[in-house]
Amino acid sequence: MADLRVGVLALQGDFEAHAKTLRALGAEPREVRTPAQMEGLDALVIPGGESTTIGKQISSAGLETALRAHHEAGRPILGTCAGLIVCDAEHLGFIDAVAKRNAFGRQLQSFEADIEVEGAGDEPLRAVFIRAPWVESHGEGVEVLASYDGHPVAIREGSVLACAFHPELTDDPRFHAIFMAMTTAARERAGEEARR
Amino acid sequence: MTERATFRLKTGLAEMLKGGVIMDVVTPEEAKIAEDAGAVAVMALERVPADIRRDGGVARMSDPAMIKGIQEAVSIPVMAKARIGHFAEAQVLQALEVDYIDESEVLTPADERNHIDKLAFEVPFVCGATNLGEALRRLGEGAAMIRSKGEAGTGNVVEAVRHMREITGGIKRLAQLRPEELAAAAKEHQAPLEVVQEVAAAGRLPVPLFCAGGIATPADAALMMQLGAEGNFVGSGIFKSSDPQRRARAIVEATTHHNDPERVAAASIGLGEAMPGLEIAGLAAEDALLQNRGA
Repeated sequence: MADLRVGVLALQGDFEAHAKTLRALGAEPREVRTPAQMEGLDALVIPGGESTTIGKQISSAGLETALRAHHEAGRPILGTCAGLIVCDAEHLGFIDAVAKRNAFGRQLQSFEADIEVEGAGDEPLRAVFIRAPWVESHGEGVEVLASYDGHPVAIREGSVLACAFHPELTDDPRFHAIFMAMTTAARERAGEEARR
Repeated sequence: MTERATFRLKTGLAEMLKGGVIMDVVTPEEAKIAEDAGAVAVMALERVPADIRRDGGVARMSDPAMIKGIQEAVSIPVMAKARIGHFAEAQVLQALEVDYIDESEVLTPADERNHIDKLAFEVPFVCGATNLGEALRRLGEGAAMIRSKGEAGTGNVVEAVRHMREITGGIKRLAQLRPEELAAAAKEHQAPLEVVQEVAAAGRLPVPLFCAGGIATPADAALMMQLGAEGNFVGSGIFKSSDPQRRARAIVEATTHHNDPERVAAASIGLGEAMPGLEIAGLAAEDALLQNRGA
């Protein structure tokens, strides 16, 4: 299969760190700041950053329609930290869950911890939580892949994968690998449908 | 194992601010305006640099009540300034749980020889620099984010341009050196050898590099991003202009879309008057330059 074209929403935040991780997994990351740059993408990453800023920039850049079309076409989306908030039911509504902003506290309460993530193998994953949200509530269709201190911190529903921590800030690509597997499967499915 | 205050967590917050604008605010109301305009963080201080420059006297850390008021008003990170070398002010800011401390030349220095030992703190620090040597020294002391100093409160971007070119040019030159040349380079930069080696090997600073000092227009913000800044601090430029709300939004827009002149042009329309600017040569003497504090 040809290189997967993965867009990284580059309005604000640590989009370069995501691009680096995606490249390490053999994908072809593209920075997205305009609706035209959404065309031809297999998947999209909404990075960490400030969710209020990213949300406002999505509307001022006129990106909301293109993002919805991407989601409705079943193309995968990964949201990390601010990206989780942007995707939640109170924002773009891509995932049936509500994230609580800064739930773990201010910067002094930011932390790293080893957590077990379903689908990432037996070894725990080092998770970096920065002024992190957690998932306050979610619908029945949402799969919880990881929790910390009793709060869901990694979830998946359909083509949307989201987490409260920053897999892009470590050298461990396993979380992004889950996303790339979803992307490969989605592209194969789309190919089969096109052939029919 | 759960860990807090690791260097990765300290620089990590700065990573999240990339591509964004950090705005100086002096009241909770201004903080709210900044957040609504799309600021990624606010810098809580008592007077913006233009007023500090005008009023003279000793500029100190802000009133904790004011900082708390701002923390309650917004959900984005709140930064605050401590005087250079004034580690007790920094301790107070840490006790207030600010998200980042700016050890800043905009305030009157408390120590003419030493900066704060930033490794001793759990809250991360951002420090200003006019050239690579200064940036490397601050990194050696534990800074988790570097910004240009520029010349705060002037509305004149010329010094920020000089500093950004000094820092990025210095990194490029360092990256071309052979390993045995790095000890001499460390001596020239008056910086720790390990930090010099790290920057030479990576070809970039190990922390985010932002611009500060003199940004007054959307085009200023776009200029600094194209010169290698990873985000912008805007001090007096917003709340000393005639229409802070619109100007704040425009500078946010220009920072994100810095490579798209049409977007920057559109953002620049109808903003009213920018803050009044000052010619650097017109500032009385060398010691009137804030950037010369704490090299």
